[in-house]
Parts: sequence; C-alpha cells; structure tokens
Amino acid sequence: MTDQGTAAPAIMLTGIDKRFGTVHANKAIDLVVAKGTIHGIIGENGAGKSTLMSILYGFYEADSGTIAVNGRTVRIRSSADAIALGIGMVHQHFMLVETMTVAENVLLGAEGSGLIAARLDHARAEIARLGRDYGLIVDPDAVVGELSVGLQQRVEIIKALYRGAEILILDEPTGVLTPAEATQLFEVLGELRRQGRTILIITHKLKEIMAITDAVSVMRRGAMVAHRTTAETSVAELAELMVGRAMTQPERPASAAPGQPLLVVAGLSVRDSRGVTRVTDVSFAVSAGEIVGIAGVSGNGQSELVEAIAGIIRPSAGTISVAGHRLTNADDAASLRGYGLAHVPEDRHRMGLVTAFPAWENILLGHHAEARYGTGLLIDRAATLTDTAGRMNAFDVRPDNPHLKMANFSGGNQQKLVIAREIGAAPQVLIVAQPTRGVDIGAIAFIHDQLLAMKAAGKAILLVSVELDEIFALSDRIAVMCGGRLVGIRDTNATDQNEIGLMMAGVERAA
Amino acid sequence: MDLIETALAILASGLRLAIPLLCACLAGLYSERSGVVDIGLEGKMLAAAFGATVAALSTGSAYAGLAVGMATAVVLALIHGYAAITQRGNQIVSGMAINMLAAGLTALLGNVWYREGGRTPSLEGAARFNPITLPGTETLADVPVLGPFWRLVVSGHPLPVYLALAAVPLTWFLLYRTRWGLRLRAVGENPAAVDTAGISVPRIRYSAMLATGVLCGLGGTYLAVAQAASFLPHITAGKGFIALAALIFAKWRPVQALGACLLFGLLDAVAIRLQGVALPGIGQVPVQAIQALPYVLTVILLAGFVGRAIPPKAIGVPYVKER
Repeated sequence: MTDQGTAAPAIMLTGIDKRFGTVHANKAIDLVVAKGTIHGIIGENGAGKSTLMSILYGFYEADSGTIAVNGRTVRIRSSADAIALGIGMVHQHFMLVETMTVAENVLLGAEGSGLIAARLDHARAEIARLGRDYGLIVDPDAVVGELSVGLQQRVEIIKALYRGAEILILDEPTGVLTPAEATQLFEVLGELRRQGRTILIITHKLKEIMAITDAVSVMRRGAMVAHRTTAETSVAELAELMVGRAMTQPERPASAAPGQPLLVVAGLSVRDSRGVTRVTDVSFAVSAGEIVGIAGVSGNGQSELVEAIAGIIRPSAGTISVAGHRLTNADDAASLRGYGLAHVPEDRHRMGLVTAFPAWENILLGHHAEARYGTGLLIDRAATLTDTAGRMNAFDVRPDNPHLKMANFSGGNQQKLVIAREIGAAPQVLIVAQPTRGVDIGAIAFIHDQLLAMKAAGKAILLVSVELDEIFALSDRIAVMCGGRLVGIRDTNATDQNEIGLMMAGVERAA
Repeated sequence: MDLIETALAILASGLRLAIPLLCACLAGLYSERSGVVDIGLEGKMLAAAFGATVAALSTGSAYAGLAVGMATAVVLALIHGYAAITQRGNQIVSGMAINMLAAGLTALLGNVWYREGGRTPSLEGAARFNPITLPGTETLADVPVLGPFWRLVVSGHPLPVYLALAAVPLTWFLLYRTRWGLRLRAVGENPAAVDTAGISVPRIRYSAMLATGVLCGLGGTYLAVAQAASFLPHITAGKGFIALAALIFAKWRPVQALGACLLFGLLDAVAIRLQGVALPGIGQVPVQAIQALPYVLTVILLAGFVGRAIPPKAIGVPYVKER
C-alpha cells in the first residue's frame, strides 16, 4: 500500500460494451481508477452509470471488453466473484433484510460456517471495531427496518467492509441523506481513503463531486465522454460535459407583489392509516403568483401534508381552503379539481400514472368526464389522441407518440407527461411533490421553466422537494418541515442553505 | 377419574388430528419463508398418502411407504419449484394445478389398480405404522393423572407423530441457528440482498422446496399408512388449506405453528366428541354444525385474534434481476 505511485490501478476497464435488446447501455467504456483515490462518475439518468457499476459488481456480464483489478485481468460473472476480488457495493436501494438485525445482515453471505451463533458474535465485534476505526457506529442488535436511512447506509458500508472490500462502489449515496448525514458520510469516505481503500462514487450532484473526489469521469448516453482531475475542473465544465451543451441557470424572477392567498392551510394535523400522527398543527398560505417551497428530509410529514391537501387522506384536525373553497369531508380529488387544484404526486409510478397504459389513456386519468374527451358513455378517441399529441408537443415529451406504453418512456418524459396533464387543466393552485426526482438535467430545466411560467401567470404553487437546490432555485418563500411540524418559514432572499439545513434537522435559530 | 380419562382421550385425539396439519404447516413454512407461496400443500399430501399406501401394500413395509410418500411429495414440490422459481410462473396457478393433478390422479390410479372405487385395500401388520408404547408406561401406570397422561397422550402414537413433533425444534434450529436458515429467511424478505451478497437465490428456494416436499410426504404418509390404514379419495380433506391458515395464525414461526395446529386439532377432536351428544340447554346439535365448528372458529380466530400477520415481504414474487 505504500507504493501508491507505482501500483497498478485498482480498476481498469477497457472497451466495456453492453446492450439490452435494442438499448446500447454502455458503449466501449474505458475507465482507470487509481488505488487509494475517490473517483466520481457523473452523468444524467440513463447515461449508463449504474449499468457500468453493475457489470463491475457482477450483476450483469459485459458483452465485450475487459476488466482488470489491481493489474490482473479478471472475469466477474457474479457478485460472489466481485466480493472475492475485494469489490463491495452500496446500492442506491439498499440491499438489506429489514426484518433482521444489523449483525445478521452483515453476516448474510459471509457466514463462514454452518452454525451462526459464534459467527454472529464475531460480526458484532467486527461491527464495533469498524465503528471505532471509521466512525461507522451502529448497534449490531438493532433491527434494520427500524433504523434511519442514514444508519441503514452505514450498515451497507459495514457489510462491504466486513467482506474485506478494498474497492467500494457507492451508487447515488446522498440522495436520501440530510446535509448533516451526507457530511458524515464524506468524513467516513475520507477516512477510508486515508487507509488506502479505493472509492467509486456515482452521483448526479456536481457539488459533491467537487467536494470529495480526486478524479471524475463523465458519462453521456452510454459513452464515457471525459476524464478530469477534480482540482482542474469546475461545476460549469462538468455540467456542460454531462448534458452536451452549455447550461444556463434559470433566473428566479423577482417576486411580484403577492396576490390573493389561494391555498390556505390552518392548524392541519394528519394521522396515517396506523393512527400515527404524521403532520402536527401546520399552518401556511400560498398566494397567487407565489411559489412556496417545503424543504425537509424525506419522511418528515411532507408526503402526508401533500396528500391531505390533495384530498387523498383526511386530516384529523385543521382546515384547508383552495381558491376560497373551504374543504369538507365530502371533498375528494375530483371535487378539488373542480375548485382549480392540480396535483403532481411525488411518486409518478404509484400515483401519477398507470404505466401499463399508453400515453393517451394516462392523459385522460381524472379528466375522463370532461366534454373535450367525449360526451355520454363513449370516449372520443380521435379528439383525445389529438389533444394528447398536442400536449406531448407542448411539453416536449419524447417520443411524441400517444400510443406508446407509459412504461417505455424515460423517467423525465413520464414526469413531463404528468405535468402536461396537471398544468394542462389550467389550475389555480398547483401542488408539486418531488417534480424532478429521477429526471435528467435537461428535463429538470424544462420542468422548472414550466413552474416559473405558472407563477408568472399568477397561479399559486406549493413545491415539495428534498433537493435543496431546487427549493432555492424556485421558491419565493421556504417552509421547513421536521418531525411533522413546520419548523419555520423564511424568505428565500433572507436565508441560506446552512440555515435551512439546520432547520431540517429540527433546529429553529432565533431570528 | 372418568372425566380425566375423557379429557385426556380428547387431548390425545386432538394431538393425532393435529399431526397432518403440523406437517403441512411446517412444510408451508419452509416454502413461504423462502418467498414461494404454496397452496399445493394439500395436493402434495394427497399424492404422498397415495404413493405411500401403494408402496406399503406392495412391499409390506410401512418404512418403504414413508420413503415413497416423501419422494412423491418431493417430486411435486420440485415441479412447483420449477414453475415458480426457474420459469417464474404464477405460484397460485402452479399450486392449484398440483392440487387438481393429485386429486384426479390418485382417484384414477386407485380405481384402475384396486377396483374399489378409489380406495385401496387395508394395510395390516408391518405395512402400517402401529402405535409405539414408550418406556415408562408400565412404571407410571398407577400414578394418578400422570399415568393416564403418559399412556394416552405421550405414549401410544405411531412413529410419524414423533417425527412430526421432532420437526418443530429442528425447524426452529435450522431457521434461527444455521447459515441455511439465515439465508432462507433473507431470501423470503429481500432476494436482491441475497443475490448481491453472492448467494444463489434459486438454490436456496429449491432447497426450501425439498424440505416442503419431505414434510408433506410425512403428513400424507401419516394420514394413510398410520391413521386410516388405507388410502381413500380426498383423504386430506382440506388439511393442506387449514395448514396455510395455521401458518398465518403462527405468523410463519415454527413453535407458534405447533400451537396453532394443536389448537385446530383439539377443536376437531372436541367436535368429534360432541357428535350425537345432547348439550344442556341446546339439545342435540346437528352433526354438520359440530363439524363446521373448527372451520368457523378458524375464520373467527384469523379475522379477530391474530393481530397483524406480516408475511415474508417477497412472498409470491418471482425473483428477476432488475434491468
């Protein structure tokens, strides 16, 4: 480990090629990762980053190309091969068994003997040691499903280290973390690097790349387009390489004098189906021509707040008014639509779309009774198809084929279709939750432009997002939720990401 | 004294009635803990009962019957495994197909081979599992309560009863104390976690199907070669389905499975005992109502008294590596 300068690279990929049917996911990828460094891989969604890492971890096998680990050419046919070569992976969606304890999860697949009692003790001791050495402190006997997301991620890292991983791959590791948890993670990664381990990190967050990596590789549409030393590049250059053209940050238009309040929430509390209070006494208002952003780590009541306002679950206390209509128990999503409320749900697959339906049927959802789609019992197919094609055009949904099954669109284009449906209904109040989750940079810019145009047209928009950058780029005011409560509301111009980050952790600084 | 004898006799009968349930319930536990739904327990037990009887009749050995019974159920379990694991087919359809196949085939073959309307001739002597008298029955004979308890409830059952009871602690040990059990529990919850840990998901699921087959074989063999001493069409009488209910009742845990099966067995025994008996204040209850009692209670227990039974998360979902 001392001769880092002359050592063979930890990983050398040459000409890696992979097709899934007609999709060319990886095109002749070359990549060299030096030992003992943190190497970032960035690219838009669908650029092929995850496929490449799955090949390295033995989940898929490449159609052609070679992999060399520590200078030795190897074949990785399964995850077991990768583990034997000292490669560990922290997946974006954790590969943990939630009903088992931390120690059992760590042991799984690395048991070492048929009976596990003694091995569990060994795992406990090892977890304690890793906790001391790297700050990865976690209770070995805690049930994984009861841990926070940040701690679950630690368990994933511990799992890899327990298997003796010298090369650690992390796939979008900060997507689910608070800013503080992310900082802790970076400290752990820094410590691992100091001890000679190699880290590959996949992300689409350019700031993180700049903050912690030594080198960075950029992927675009399945191809590796550039390699840079982090110290010699910039966010602007990387963004341009990622998208293939120069990006312009949309200027947040100066807040016009806010108009009438269109969405008023007062004293709102919400219990979930199990009777647990998720939202406690939340009050705020959104006026015409205003975007109010709700920031918070996911799972702090934002989803329930949105569902209550959108008429999906009934609040246990408090009132909601939409464009002057005070909601009652008789109101549901359909009557709310009549009041001028539109809702872009946080999870388009679960609530926004029927992915097995074609685009034109998805455009109909919730609006099927409107006269323009036909009167009486039958749907006017021709009119609906024309309408769908027109909207797909206006909202840049590609490919603009109304007959294509929704599942065959990319995430960004699915989201654009949902937004086309909701904004197309000309609402007075728009609720958008996580509008750009799993959406590529090009589509993000487009969606942001649409929201800003709505605002300019004098509509009220409630934006819920876990992406602070997005909140800051769009909102006039920022409300922060933590533990189901509204910690505070700030004017965007009078606050910064530090203050909001602290509030997300539940700290209300005296103003 | 007479009352105690009666109570103990009901208890012993309840235990014997619980055994096929217990076998099927534990069989289902292995399969479902691995993430494979198995509504084909009934069919596997039925086929095993038939196979075991035919083998016992032709060899004159109950042990040969047990071996063939287990082999029959294992073959069917592996067919279910092939459909559900390798071909990623619908597990309900495959399980149902096995039930129908077993019901039809046993009746048909029984009729063709023995020409008694689907029944087989009776098993006698060594071709049948006979009650075993445990040591101590003599010694304890004169001790009040404990003596009759030993004689009626503990001792005096055929071998499969003791095998089935032994399967409970064995299953617990396998599940919670061995590497295989750890992997089995994991694969039913999150097969992707098992796969990325470098373990073959199909291999674990197939091994679970093996255990399922062996236990269904034991249950079926017990029904025909020990209890009834011959094979009758539909001898399993829905026990494979009641066992699934018991499995949910037990929340997929072995010791609780024993409790649930004993409860159901005891209800059955009480129902049998109550037939033709005039109850005070009610008079004679129709046989059908008494016979329905265990099922009615099953529904009530499952609906109201179990609490939340959370099944293994990956149950019924074929494992496909995500694209």
